[in-house]
Amino acid sequence: MYRRLVSVFCIALVLGFSLALVACGGGKGNKLEIYSWWTAGGEAEGLKALMDVYQKQYPNVKIINATVAGGAGTNAKAVLLTRLTGGKPPDAFQLHAGLEVQKYDPEKYLLPLDDIYKSEGLDKVFPADLLSLLQYKGHYWGIPVNIHRANVMWYNKKLFADNHLQPPATWDDYFKVVKVFKAKKIIPMTIGTKEGWEAGHVFETVLISALGPDAYKGLWTGQLPWTDAKVTNALNLYKKVLADVNTDHAALTWDQALQYLVDNKAAMFVMGDWTNGWFTSKNYDGYGWQCVPGPKVYDGLSDSFALPKGAPDMVNAQNWLKVCASKAGQEAFNPLKGSIPARTDADPSLFNAYLQSAMKDWTSEPIVPSVIHGAAAIEKWVTVYKDIMNTFATKLDVAAAQQALDQAAKDNLAM
Amino acid sequence: MPGRLFFQGGRMKGVTRDRVISLGLVAPSIILVAVFVYGFIGFTGFSSLTRWDSIEPNFAFVAFHNYQRLFSTLPTDRFLCDLRNTVTFTVFFLVGCIVLGFALAVLLDRHVKGEGIFRNIFLFPMAISYIVTGVVWRWMLSPGNAQTGSTGINLLFDKLGLGFLKWGWFTDANVVYIHPDSGFGHLLGSIGLGGLASPYVGISLAMISVVLAATWQMSGYTMAMYLAALRGIPKDMREAARVDGASELQVYLRVIVPMIRPVTLSAIIVLGHISLKIFDLVVSMTGPGPAFATDVPAYYMWDTTFRGNNFASGAAIATLLLLVVALLVIPYLVSTTRGEVHR
Repeated sequence: MYRRLVSVFCIALVLGFSLALVACGGGKGNKLEIYSWWTAGGEAEGLKALMDVYQKQYPNVKIINATVAGGAGTNAKAVLLTRLTGGKPPDAFQLHAGLEVQKYDPEKYLLPLDDIYKSEGLDKVFPADLLSLLQYKGHYWGIPVNIHRANVMWYNKKLFADNHLQPPATWDDYFKVVKVFKAKKIIPMTIGTKEGWEAGHVFETVLISALGPDAYKGLWTGQLPWTDAKVTNALNLYKKVLADVNTDHAALTWDQALQYLVDNKAAMFVMGDWTNGWFTSKNYDGYGWQCVPGPKVYDGLSDSFALPKGAPDMVNAQNWLKVCASKAGQEAFNPLKGSIPARTDADPSLFNAYLQSAMKDWTSEPIVPSVIHGAAAIEKWVTVYKDIMNTFATKLDVAAAQQALDQAAKDNLAM
Repeated sequence: MPGRLFFQGGRMKGVTRDRVISLGLVAPSIILVAVFVYGFIGFTGFSSLTRWDSIEPNFAFVAFHNYQRLFSTLPTDRFLCDLRNTVTFTVFFLVGCIVLGFALAVLLDRHVKGEGIFRNIFLFPMAISYIVTGVVWRWMLSPGNAQTGSTGINLLFDKLGLGFLKWGWFTDANVVYIHPDSGFGHLLGSIGLGGLASPYVGISLAMISVVLAATWQMSGYTMAMYLAALRGIPKDMREAARVDGASELQVYLRVIVPMIRPVTLSAIIVLGHISLKIFDLVVSMTGPGPAFATDVPAYYMWDTTFRGNNFASGAAIATLLLLVVALLVIPYLVSTTRGEVHR
């Protein structure tokens, strides 16, 4: 009896192993594996368009679209790291431009892309601020394909027109506008903080506005201490802004809060430019946009592609990166993704009205990296920053928040 | 009676076919449980003592640094808020479910007409996932705002002229606690219990909304447990008590409640470990809440691990969570195994 059991067990074992071997073997050939977390909607369509551009130039290469969905890329990054450390890298993978590259230990796992930057003349078509953001330890590690903007103030055109107001260019104007709306029982600024990160997003834009681009960047590199009086001012300013937001912000996600604006109940809203796509999906066009009050700064985040060491199809992968950097590639990808090209020479007529204005700003305004979206600091720091600002949005305790932000900076810069 | 079989096997000494087969059949699950449950518990405990704070593992030993950080208020007091919320939630949830469940069971035990229908109605919420419960209760309890008017239940209160009952529900960040500067706070301080007068030892009001939703969902289940227990009490016991002159209240207090004590214990264990590990309800209903008024350790663990990539800190929270659940479950396991041996 048990002998039979044992033999059944052995057969099952052998079968299992051979299946696994077949699965691992895969077909060798002329292929290209692209790893990303773009699985849905405009992102997936944009990626497909980019792949089509590649396919036209290299028709014999079989593209494998490897995606891992979920968690704004967190799942994908976890899987990717096991592949990199396990010596089975994809040919190219998605990477947020900026400090995110640090966690992949680039000198050990990635190839620098300086040659591609030189051969494609990329240092002439990307803005200088972006180029310095992309460099880590003196090398380029990623090719940026798109740019999103985080510090956009969206406003309800009808409410502003009805009350004979102009969208505020300075914070003084802002608080004048707020007074008018408050008297009319209109929510001056709508915000939703249910998920915990939105308060941090809005503060980031206030921080940039209050400090200016250089001081803001200095906070994340350790050049400016968080105990500086400028940070106190920024926190006080944010506190003043939060005094007149909708009282139910803790019950709403950002898009639910934005519904107040669509319903003509709220006048202003601060969020990244994916909001534009949200408005489009709601068939709403009564909105206007501008930079958050204060100096004009472009608070950007960017997706890029990186090349791992030991990529199985090196030549194909390098060609892919060249396509990603090319004008044709970026013009195919971005209108669908709802972002602007990192290149400054793309044809604006391919883009909608919002993106056209963003493209203009991209070439003219100073660029800073977004914190809450992972471009300015490592994720561990970002999470703590987000938690501090979530508490601040309720307690409005400037001194406590500043002390906590300072502690977080010390924890993360020391390493 | 597995005990006796084992005893016989022990006396027979030497390897028999039966024993090999039985061991062989159990071995895979023992190995799998050893690796995937206890092995990973051990690995989590080990990770919590390291400096693994990015995607790439870093096993530099930092002793209890991660734990120390969790219990400090800098840079955030999130974990202390979480502990407070968990205690608030567990106490109210247990009391609510057990009182309500017992009351419903007693009512149904009176052989009311249409008992089956009522039983199903009360039990039905348990069949729904916490995600659904959370979304629906969020819609109902969303407070609305001062500028554009109330929504949900607050709107209902307005329409019924009960506006004074309105409040922020799960957006109310207030915590009821003994202020260290109050008279009672000074009194506690003078007898060495000043630690109790702190905002981390208190009742988070926003948590009450979450308790409402969870109690709505789980009290039917408690009812079913109690109903089964009540049905298991022989009729003659109650009658004997009545013949002895006990009032109906006394029958319940002196006879029935003591007899169903084991069920109460089971209910406490089952509900208690649900409440300590609660995650999905909070995610879908409230999120971390204003100043972490509705945050729970499981949510923080997920957030810091998979958003912040701070695996060591997440592992420390997981370890603490396990210890707390163990405090609840182990005494129960010990008492039940002892009970079995006696039988």
